Amino acid sequence: MKEISNYEPQIIAFCCMHCAYAAADLAGSSRFAYPSSLKIVAIPCTGRTDMGHILKTFEDGADGVLVAGCLEGRCHFQTGNLYARQRVEHVAELLDQIGLEGERARMINISAGMGAKFAELANEFAKTISALGPTGLKKKPASRELPLPSGKIE
Amino acid sequence: MIVADQKPIEDIRKMLKGKKKVLAIGCGTCVAVCFAGGKREVGVLSSAVRMATELEGEPVQIDETIVQRQCEKEFIEHLGDQLGEYDAVLSLGCGVGVQTLADQFPGTRILPGLNTKFMGGPTEQGVWEERCQGCGNCLLEYTGGICPISRCAKQLMNGPCGGTDEGGRCEVDPDTPCAWFNIWERMDALDIQDQLMEIQPPKDWSTSRDGGRRKIVRKDLQKPKLDEGS
Ligand code: SF4
Ligand code: SF4
Repeated sequence: MKEISNYEPQIIAFCCMHCAYAAADLAGSSRFAYPSSLKIVAIPCTGRTDMGHILKTFEDGADGVLVAGCLEGRCHFQTGNLYARQRVEHVAELLDQIGLEGERARMINISAGMGAKFAELANEFAKTISALGPTGLKKKPASRELPLPSGKIE
Repeated sequence: MIVADQKPIEDIRKMLKGKKKVLAIGCGTCVAVCFAGGKREVGVLSSAVRMATELEGEPVQIDETIVQRQCEKEFIEHLGDQLGEYDAVLSLGCGVGVQTLADQFPGTRILPGLNTKFMGGPTEQGVWEERCQGCGNCLLEYTGGICPISRCAKQLMNGPCGGTDEGGRCEVDPDTPCAWFNIWERMDALDIQDQLMEIQPPKDWSTSRDGGRRKIVRKDLQKPKLDEGS
């Protein structure tokens, strides 16, 4: 994709509050820099992210989505991060199919004490996304959910 | 339940070519619990198609909704008022849902978003297997509750065929257990294996698809008609 000078990739990082969120915080307080255009969304467990969240994040203008969970085997809910990895991989395949690069969605695993590592992985991801450039999607096209006649279906 | 799978995005894009505004309609029953056409899947698919078509330079607006049961008129009637503004409907119901929508709204183009696969159920998380072909004359009584019509590749009535491997797998597909091996084991455990010595006659397929389109009429449930004369 096109090289754009001063281009700051918009990255959303879904961070598990038991590990990656604290790691990002530690990176900040220890002054390990990561891109300011990376926005963090704290979630109770990466297992909470579903494919819809990730896709809609791209629709809303993100150039890259990072899902950051605990080290494998260390998930607070045992397997939430393993589910998350499967979903991120699935989203990556879907992105390839729709003409966006699958590398724009990435799963990383990190512990709460790994502040420097968080910054390193975030910078590395930002570099990948910068190289890919903007997604080419403008603002999310108008779409709506029709109201249900009665009750709510999940 | 009816088990279905989403059509590849590529096929859906082709179907929607030239459309500007589409309504994706999910179904909250069978296809929701096999994760093919529930609310979430409608969201994911719509989002993917919106992005794909925008990247192609021909953006399609895809609105989303879901009904509890797409195969019954009463659950879809309310959509009638809104369909006028759409070029097409992308149904994420099974084939029955698609057809119910098409019958109910003959003026609207109804397109299938799913490939309806079979009647079956989950056998482990993330895995669904076929269990019944709706043959119209259930013979599970003779086979220990294991259906040879849907679970034996050759639909044998008096199996096994002789191709079962040592591990009890089917010769047609080594990933599949031999239905007749399972039937034997099950009936052995129930101590009714002697029933298997009785030869089953060839199956009468006239109750199945071979008899043509099938229909059930329940007089006890039909709307009573008032006798005009009385
Ligand atoms: S015997 Fe016929 S009705 Fe019974 S489970 Fe098999 S296909 Fe279905
Ligand atoms: S191996 Fe078993 S399931 Fe496979 S075709 Fe033969 S009898 Fe049927």
